[in-house]
Amino acid sequence: MNQPTANPPRTAAADADRTVPPARMASRGVTDDQTASATPVAHTAPPTGEEHPRTAPLAIHDMTVAYDRKPVLWDVDLNVPEGQLVAIVGPNGAGKSTLIKAALNLMPMVSGQVLIYGKPYRKQRHLVGYVPQRETVDWDFPVSALDVVAMGRYGRIGWFRPVTRKHRRAALDALERVEMAQYAHRQISQLSGGQQQRVFLARALAQDAKLYFMDEPFASVDAATERAIVRVLHELKDAGRTVIVVHHDLQTVTEYFDYLILLNMRVVTHGSVDDVFTQENLRMTYGGRLTLLSEAAQLFTQQSRSPGVD
Amino acid sequence: MARINTSRSRLRSFTARRPKHGALVIAAVLSMSAFTAETAAAPMQNPKGGHSIADTGFTWPTVEQTVRVLTLRDYNTRIVVMGVTCLGLASGTVGTFLLLRKRSLTADALSHAALPGIGLAFITLVLLGQDGKHLPGLLAGAFVAGCLGVGCILIIRHTTRLKDDAALGIVLSVSFGLGVVLLTIIQQMPVGGQAGLQRFVIGRAASMGARDAWVILICAAAVIVVCAALFKELQLLCFDQGYAGAQGWPVIRLDVILMALVTMVTVIALQSVGLVLAVAMLIIPAAAARFWTDQLMRMTLTAALIGMVSGYLGAVISALQPRMPTGPVIVLVCAAGFGVSMVAGIRRGMVVRVWRHWQLNNRVAMQHLLRAMFEQYESGATPDRVFDEARMIQPRRIKVQFDKLLPKRSWTAAELRGIAATAVRRGLIHRNDDNSLSLTDAGGAQARRVVRNHRLWETYLIHYADIAPSHVDRDADQIEHVLGRDMVDRLERLLSEQLPPRTVPPSPHGA
Repeated sequence: MNQPTANPPRTAAADADRTVPPARMASRGVTDDQTASATPVAHTAPPTGEEHPRTAPLAIHDMTVAYDRKPVLWDVDLNVPEGQLVAIVGPNGAGKSTLIKAALNLMPMVSGQVLIYGKPYRKQRHLVGYVPQRETVDWDFPVSALDVVAMGRYGRIGWFRPVTRKHRRAALDALERVEMAQYAHRQISQLSGGQQQRVFLARALAQDAKLYFMDEPFASVDAATERAIVRVLHELKDAGRTVIVVHHDLQTVTEYFDYLILLNMRVVTHGSVDDVFTQENLRMTYGGRLTLLSEAAQLFTQQSRSPGVD
Repeated sequence: MARINTSRSRLRSFTARRPKHGALVIAAVLSMSAFTAETAAAPMQNPKGGHSIADTGFTWPTVEQTVRVLTLRDYNTRIVVMGVTCLGLASGTVGTFLLLRKRSLTADALSHAALPGIGLAFITLVLLGQDGKHLPGLLAGAFVAGCLGVGCILIIRHTTRLKDDAALGIVLSVSFGLGVVLLTIIQQMPVGGQAGLQRFVIGRAASMGARDAWVILICAAAVIVVCAALFKELQLLCFDQGYAGAQGWPVIRLDVILMALVTMVTVIALQSVGLVLAVAMLIIPAAAARFWTDQLMRMTLTAALIGMVSGYLGAVISALQPRMPTGPVIVLVCAAGFGVSMVAGIRRGMVVRVWRHWQLNNRVAMQHLLRAMFEQYESGATPDRVFDEARMIQPRRIKVQFDKLLPKRSWTAAELRGIAATAVRRGLIHRNDDNSLSLTDAGGAQARRVVRNHRLWETYLIHYADIAPSHVDRDADQIEHVLGRDMVDRLERLLSEQLPPRTVPPSPHGA
């Protein structure tokens, strides 16, 4: 984690800024000034404190989400362990993205409760980084890659203030981490799809959050981007962060992730990848679709050999 | 010319030409007819101006008169020009965010929704025993009605399954209809001053007084201050609403603020350009600015500048040509600015795009030529030529007959000669006397690079098509940058494995 440590002579605006250099790297105790008052060991016990450990980065209880009276997610009950790379896997239309959006309060729930480190999302936003799907924005927008990454700092900058040099530097560091520093001043439409994805990833990194949600970051990216994302995932894990990734590629699940949530309108099962990634569970998730099953069978034979992609 | 004494008197007479009756209802229904009726009525009521009804000609203003207007020597001109310039500034600024938020047509619905607000405000004022022409009162009514119109759009959008365009269409037409009905009722009220309302349909900047100009100035200043303070928040809102929401920014409140700013600008635009054309002031400067820059701050400033200049020029032109209605002239000046930007804008203008396209064609043609020469030479490889590790001849003195190059690609002789001429200019090839071309050192190095990249990409596509066929960047000089060093190593190995037998590096001592 290369956060800016050597700051230039501080301006009044920078001083007034609420950010402190988040250089504390102790893997678990990563916290910043905003969390100081709201650390996971808060005194207020959530209503469902018994079932959901207070320290769980993400605890979902009884979540039901519907589009126009048609439920997409039924009674989702879930605890995500800390410091792991978590994949949400399931067929198209299984509600993977919906789960993330509902957890982030971007979509109303019919019922249910979402707790981030034991508290409602509203109070814990500063702990959460989000990488939306690339298609959700207009890439023709007149901003540079650096401008987009700086958006990850807006929460720290606060209302009405411009982006100061310090935050620009933090944004550039984040771009560096995804190997995009050389494209910092390019207009975003001039980037390839994979590069755009990396810009989104850098924006989330610039937030320096504890819990990350990533919506299909590996969807149609080039090999270099895939490598960069995997490397960043491991960096985040090493720093004790929790990352929840909507993933579509069964081939790489065991290679990239520690923890697996199989989802198809309900949580089929969840647990460590080694326990959960079985043919039986996949069949229960994907149903009897033959092509997928044969694909899965092929996967299991492949796994006895060495992994394919570098 | 006799009629040129002061533009002040002309502006006065301009405002005086209000047909007391008739025209109003028609005007509301079809704004163009209002314009026609007004101009038709004008000469009769303008005895001082020296125009006859047959005088439809266009007269050039004298130099003295032009200078007078341009330097804002006259009080009335100064007021109008100042008001309209401020309006252009504010509308350009807000319009940028409106355009990027993709809400252009909402502004149109909003300005139409203002008409019933004006009508109701007039009725209320009259019933309260006030002067119905009280401008701040009328504008307040317009503002409230505009906000209600936007509210209706939002309600329709969120509570029904109708799409945006339907919601806009409904609100726009219904509120305009309501406005026309109200104006008709007002027409029959036993009070004076109704005809003044007509100016809100198509606008009449010439009727602007000092107080109106101050209202515009203050509103414009407020709009600009808010836009500057919330620049980063509005940028986030327009770019990525979902992310803004996840970050805890109050998306709906920001949206309301933006629409309130738009409503404010629309309302102050009503008097000078009218409700039909108000949307043009918001959209055209911003759309024009997009051709000049890829950066939001610069785009906002450019749009503000274009709006300002359009306002200034429009007001000046209509002061010089008394028959010209200010609002439409401003919009036309804006449109001219848009036209110029579309053609000449340095980022996305047509000229730049054509130029880039031409450059691309040129580059591809150059690569084709170099590759063709290299491959032609290679195909005649004899044992005395040295091959390197990745199946490539060392380009010492590659020399190829022009006629041999012609069938290599689908180019005509003239095209090939043109490309060759460019390559000669760039010092990549020589033209020899015996109608052949040879590569210079620079050309040789480049040809080698082009051929190598081409072959590596081809191999990549053949062997790794399943990974990401969309990421082949044939133009990338550093293929390693896109694919990674180890992938390139693997491709090179694959390439040399496929060497056809005849290109095996020959023994230096011969067979």
